[in-house]
Amino acid sequence: MIELKKFRRQYNYAFIDEDTKKEIRRKLLKAICIPGYQVPYSSPEMPVSRGWGTGALHISLAIIGKGDTYKVIDQGDDASVNACNIRSFVEKTAECKTTFDTGKASVIQTRHRVPEEELTEDQIIVFQVPDPEPLRQVEPYTKITRQMHAEGDYAKMWVALYESYVQTGDISKGPVLVNDRYIMSPSPIQAWDIPNLNNSRCLNLFGAGREKRIYAVPPYTKVEPLEFEDVKFNINDFNGAACKRSGEKVAFLEEIFNEDGKTSYHMVNDTNYLDKIMDNNRPKQWNNKYLVKKRKELNN
Amino acid sequence: MGYVAVRGGVEAIANAAHLVEFYRLRDNTPPIEIKQLKAQFRLAIDKIMGEGGLYAPEYGAIALKQNEGDVFEAAFVMRAYRATLSRKFYSETIDTENMFVKRRISASFKDIPGGQILGATRDYSQRMLNIELAEENETVVREFLEKFNIDIDLKEIKKYGRITGILRHLGFLKPFAKEEDTSLVDVTRDAVKFPAPRSGRLQMLARAETGGIMAIGYSSIRGLGGVHPTIGELRVGLVKIYVKDRTGRKRYLGKVEVTEAETINNELEVGQNGKNVPYMSIGYGLCFGHNETKAISMGILDRAMRDPEGRGVAHDQEYVLYHTDGVESMGFVNHLKLPHYAGFSAGLSTMRKAVKRKEEEDQKLNPSLAEV
Amino acid sequence: MEEGKDWLLKVEGLTKIYGNPSEDTVSRTGPLFNSNICPKTGAVVACADINLTLHSGEVLGIVGESGSGKSTLVKLLYFDQESTSGAAYLNDYEDGEQDVLKISNQQKRHLKNHKMGMVYQNPRDGLNFRFSSGGNIAEKLLMADNYHVGQIREKATALLTSTEVPVARMDESPKNFSGGMQQRVQISKAIANNPPLLFLDEVTTGLDVSVQAKVLDMIRRLQKDMGISMIVVSHDLSVIRMLTDRTMVMKNGRIVEQGLTDQILQDPQHSYTQLLVSSLL
Repeated sequence: MIELKKFRRQYNYAFIDEDTKKEIRRKLLKAICIPGYQVPYSSPEMPVSRGWGTGALHISLAIIGKGDTYKVIDQGDDASVNACNIRSFVEKTAECKTTFDTGKASVIQTRHRVPEEELTEDQIIVFQVPDPEPLRQVEPYTKITRQMHAEGDYAKMWVALYESYVQTGDISKGPVLVNDRYIMSPSPIQAWDIPNLNNSRCLNLFGAGREKRIYAVPPYTKVEPLEFEDVKFNINDFNGAACKRSGEKVAFLEEIFNEDGKTSYHMVNDTNYLDKIMDNNRPKQWNNKYLVKKRKELNN
Repeated sequence: MGYVAVRGGVEAIANAAHLVEFYRLRDNTPPIEIKQLKAQFRLAIDKIMGEGGLYAPEYGAIALKQNEGDVFEAAFVMRAYRATLSRKFYSETIDTENMFVKRRISASFKDIPGGQILGATRDYSQRMLNIELAEENETVVREFLEKFNIDIDLKEIKKYGRITGILRHLGFLKPFAKEEDTSLVDVTRDAVKFPAPRSGRLQMLARAETGGIMAIGYSSIRGLGGVHPTIGELRVGLVKIYVKDRTGRKRYLGKVEVTEAETINNELEVGQNGKNVPYMSIGYGLCFGHNETKAISMGILDRAMRDPEGRGVAHDQEYVLYHTDGVESMGFVNHLKLPHYAGFSAGLSTMRKAVKRKEEEDQKLNPSLAEV
Repeated sequence: MEEGKDWLLKVEGLTKIYGNPSEDTVSRTGPLFNSNICPKTGAVVACADINLTLHSGEVLGIVGESGSGKSTLVKLLYFDQESTSGAAYLNDYEDGEQDVLKISNQQKRHLKNHKMGMVYQNPRDGLNFRFSSGGNIAEKLLMADNYHVGQIREKATALLTSTEVPVARMDESPKNFSGGMQQRVQISKAIANNPPLLFLDEVTTGLDVSVQAKVLDMIRRLQKDMGISMIVVSHDLSVIRMLTDRTMVMKNGRIVEQGLTDQILQDPQHSYTQLLVSSLL
C-alpha cells in the first residue's frame, strides 16, 4: 500500500542532489583549467527533455545560489516557450531571482545566441550545446575524435572548412580554436556572436547533457574562428537592412515573413536589447573588431 | 505578425499544461488507482523501472498514470526523479544463483537439473484479442480467484543451480575476449568513454529502451550481424539486496524482481598448432522486473560488443549505446520542435549568397547566357 | 653513418610479427622453411630482419609474391602499422640520429605530412571519398602549414594538370572517377608537399593494362622532374623494370636477393628470383 506521506518528499535544493552537484562543479573547474577541452561528466536526468538544454541546466543548477539572478534566452528571446519552462523550473527549485534584463543577471543561460549587450566580469553565461564535438562532421566516433584532440590532429577539420568554402563560399560557422590548443564548438551560436567569446570579460560555460560533456572558455582567453589567410571569417551581413521597430542596423537581425509569405522585414533578434533601445535606454554593446568595422561601414 | 506570434510566454505554457491534464480527465471517469496500475500493468511498470533506473513500483505506476500510458515519458520522469535522490550506498553484488525463481527455461537442454519452469508466460498462448475483457467486472475477478487460488502456493518458489554451471563443469565455457576491460564504472556518476569497459556497457544496456536494443540485437541474429546465440538459461525471480553499512556489516534491504539471460555462443579459437578449437562463450543480460525481450537482447549485444571487429552495427559500441537510451533519443528527436529561428534565418541569407555566387560564376564562364 | 651524406632512409632489423611469437619464431620461419608461420605458436612473421638503405633520388623496387611481406614493409615505414622490432632513420630528421619508429604519433604525423608520401593499391585507402579531389590534395598542403586557399587551389590545379586529371573536376569527389583517374588523384595528393620520399604500393595492380602504362609513364616523369626517392612495391617485374634502379626480392618475409635491377633481371641468383624472372619472359 502507498503511504501518502512518502510522496510528499521535497526535492533537493536546486533539484540535483548535493553529491552530484559537487561532481559537476569539479568537472567545471577542470574545464576552466583546460580551455576548450571537453570534460566527460555524469549528466543526471532532468525533468527537461534531453536535447532541450539539460547540460546548461546542470551547470546553472550546480553554480546557482539564492542570491543569484537568473536569465534564460532561447534564440535571443526570454519569452520563448522553452526558455519560460527552464526559467520557472530554476526559479522554483533554486529559489533565486529571475530577470529579462541582461545587465542585471548574474547567470545567463542561452540557446544559440550571445546577448547583444556586453557581459561583464560579474556574469557567467551558460550555453546549451546539442553537439559538443566539432570534429563530428569529419569523424563520427568519439573514440577517434578524443585521440584527434589529444594529438592536435585537425587536418580533416581544415579540409572540411576548405570544402565548405568550395561548396558555398562560406566558412563563417565556427568551429573555433581556443587558447591555441583545442578546436571547440561554440555551440551553434550565430557567426555574429562568435567573436564575443574572444577575450571576453565574462566566464563562458558550455553544457552538452545528452552527450555528457562540459567545457569552458575562461575570461580573457584567446578564441579564434578557423579561417584561411585569404578567406576570412566574417560575421553575418544583413545587407544594410534595419530593424522594423527600432531602425537598428548593428545587431543580429532576424528575417520575419509577412502573412503573404513573400515579403519580409527584419527585427532585432535579442528581445531585451530591442526593448531597451525602444525605451531609449541603449545598453553598451560588445566591441569586437567586426562590429567596429560594421559600424564604420554603416556610418559612411 | 511575427514578433508577437513567435513568443509563447508563460501563460500559453500553463494553458497547454492544463489542456493536457484536461485530455486525461475530460471523460470524467473514476481515476485509476495506483494499486490497480501496480497490479494490472505489471509489465509496463517493469519497463519503466528498468529504463528509469529506479526500482520503485508505486512510483512507476504514478509515472504511468501521469503520462497517460506513455512508457517513454514515464521512464523519463522516473529518471528525472531518480536524479534528485542522493546515493547513500552501493549494494553488494546480487546473487542470481540464489534467486527465488518464478520462471526459468533453457533452450540448450531439454532436461535440466530442477526442471524447466514455465511460470507465468504468454509465450505459448494464442494472441487473440480477448473481447471478454471488455465485460470484466469485480464478480468475474472474484470467481476466477476463488477457483484458481486453491492450487497455488507461492511459497513453493525455490532456488536452482545455474544451467551454465553444466557447461562450465564440462570445460567448454571461456570468456569471449581475452583482453576485456573489467574495471567497474558507474555510468550515472561518470560518462563512459569509448571503448567502454564491459561494466559500463552492461549498465547502459540495462537502462536502454527495450525496443531499441531489441531492434539492434535482432539485426544481428537476422543476418546483418554474426551473433546468433542459444539461450542457456533465462530466469525471472526475486533476488535479495544487501548493503554494507559504515561499520562494514551487511544489511538486508529487501527483494527486487529481475530477469536474467545467459546466452550461449559457439566460438573458435586458434590453438597451439594453428588449428581451430571450438569453445563456448556467454552473453549476459540482466534487467529490473520481468522483461525477457530486454534481457535476451542484452545478451546478444553483450557478446556482440565484446568483439568490436564483428560484422554489423551490433558490434559497434558507440552505435549501440549512444542510440538506444530511450530518454536521450526521445528527447533529441523531439528537440526538432524547438524554435531554430535565428539559425534558420542566417541559413537563408547564406543560401541566397551561395546561389548568387554560383550565378555570378556561371555568368563569368558563359557570358552569353546572361544575354538570353 | 659511415656511408656518407647521400643516404636518405636507413632501416635496421625491421620485423613485424602477428600473434604470440616464441623465442625461435624468427629462426624457424623464412624461405628455408618455405613458410612464415611459426610451427610452435602459429604466429605469423610478416617480415623480419629487414635492412636497407635508400639513397637520395634513388628508386628502390621490392618484388615478391603476395604474402611475402613487401606491403607490410612500406606500411611500417609509413607508420600505418606498428613494428614489432627494428629501427628506421631519416637523414634530415634530427640529423638522422632518431629512430622514427619510436617517436610520438603527433611527430609521426608531422613527418608524414612534411617528408613522405604514400600511394596505396586501393585509392580508397589514400583518399577520403567524402572530400573533393581538390580537398584531398588540400589536406596535405594544409598540414604542411599552407593556409592560403588561393595558393592551395593553384597548387592543386598544377598537380592535377601534371597527373592528367581534368581540372574541371577538381571540386568533385573522386568516388565518381574511374580507377585510373582515382589513382592519379592519389598520386597528386602524395606528392603535393614535394616530399623527398614516396612509397608506391602496387599502384597499378587494379588498373587496365593500357591505363597501367600511362600511370607508370607519369610516375617516371614525375620522378625525373622532382628527383623524389621512391620505394616501389610490386609483384609485377615489368613495373619494377620500368621504374627502379635497384631491386630487393622478398620471400616469406625475408630479403632473398638484392642488386641493380638490370643485373637481377639478367642474371638472377636465387632460385625464387629465377622463377619470377622466367615467368616474366
